[in-house]
Amino acid sequence: MIAAFAGIFGCQLLGEFIVRAFALPLPGPVLGMFLLFAALVARGGGSGKGGGNNADVPKQLGAAADGLLGHLSLLFVPASVGLMRYFDLLVANALTLVLALSISTALAMAATALTFRLLAGAKS
Amino acid sequence: MIPIPALLAPHPEVWVYLSTSPLSWLTLTLLAFIVADHISVAFNRHPAVNLVALATIFIIVALKATGTNYETYFAGAQFIHFLLGPATVALAVPLYRNFERVRATALPIAASLCVGSVVAIVSVVAIAKLLGASHEIAASLAPKSVTSPIAMGLSERLGGAPFLTTALVMATGIFGAMILSPLMKLLRIKDPAAIGMAAGLASHGVGAARAFHIDSTAGAFAGIAMGLNGALTSVILPILQPWLGL
Repeated sequence: MIAAFAGIFGCQLLGEFIVRAFALPLPGPVLGMFLLFAALVARGGGSGKGGGNNADVPKQLGAAADGLLGHLSLLFVPASVGLMRYFDLLVANALTLVLALSISTALAMAATALTFRLLAGAKS
Repeated sequence: MIPIPALLAPHPEVWVYLSTSPLSWLTLTLLAFIVADHISVAFNRHPAVNLVALATIFIIVALKATGTNYETYFAGAQFIHFLLGPATVALAVPLYRNFERVRATALPIAASLCVGSVVAIVSVVAIAKLLGASHEIAASLAPKSVTSPIAMGLSERLGGAPFLTTALVMATGIFGAMILSPLMKLLRIKDPAAIGMAAGLASHGVGAARAFHIDSTAGAFAGIAMGLNGALTSVILPILQPWLGL
C-alpha cells in the first residue's frame, strides 16, 4: 500500500515539476494522471499483452486507486464550502448565474453525449 | 470574537481549543459527509440528493452558527482537500482498465470532446452576456466546466475573479452531477462511455464522482473527459476570447 501511494504521489510530483519547468497550461495532477497511465501501458506492453485488463494493474495500486476514487465526492467538500465566501456576490447575480450555469451545463452534456453516440453508434 | 455555545460556557478555554483546532473541522467534514451519505443511500442515491451539496450545506450552517470563517475551517479541511491531487492521478487506473474500449473509441472521444468543450464555453458566455452580466462575471463563468486549478488560471487571464470562478466551478460540478442521470435518460443514452464523457466534460471531477456511482466504465471515461477538456479549454479559450467579446 505504501509503495502504491509512493507511486501515485511520485507521478503527481513529476507532473507538478514538468508543468512548472515547461510552463504548461495544465495542473500537475492531470499530467500526473497521464504519466501513471503511460507507466501502466509501458508495463503491460512489456509483458506482451495489449494492456487494459484488470490483472495488469498491480494489486496494491488498484486498491489504492479504488479507495481514493470510491470517495471522490468527499474530496470536493472543502473546496465546495468555499462557496460561503462569495455568498453576497452569488446572491446579487443569482438569476444570471443560475440560468447561465444550468442551461450551459445541460447543453454541454447533451452535445458531448450525442456526439459520442453518433460516432460510436455508427460502428456497433 | 467567536461566540461560545451555551454548553461550553463554563469552559471557555475548551471552546477556544475546539474552534481553532484543525482536528475539529477535519472531523466535522467527515461527519457531515457520513450523514450526507446516509441520506443519499436512504433516497436510493437519487441524483437530486447530491452528496457534495448536502455535506457543504451542513458544514456552512455549522460554520455560520459558530461564527467560524472559511480560513479557520480550511486549516483542518485542507488535509482532505490535499487528496484531490492524488485522486486525480489515480484516475489513470480505471482509464487503463478500460484501455481497449478507449482505444476503440478514440474518434468519438476526440469529436465529442471538441464539440462539448466549445458548447460549454460559448453557451455560458452568450447566456451571461444576454442577461447583462458584467465582463468580470462573464469571464469568471467562461471556464466553469473545467477542473478548478485550470479554471482559476484561465479566469485570471480573461479578467475574471479566480476565486469566484472556483465557487462557480463547484456549483457547475454539483449541478451537473444532479442532472446527469435524468438528462441521459431523457436523451435515451445508455452507453456508460457516453455518459462518462458528458459527466467529466461538463462537470469535471464532481461529475466524475457521480459517474463512478453509476458505473466504473462511466467513471473512467469521465476521468479522460475531465483531463482532456482541461487541456483543450486552456488552448481554445484564449482563441475564442476576442470572438466572445471578452
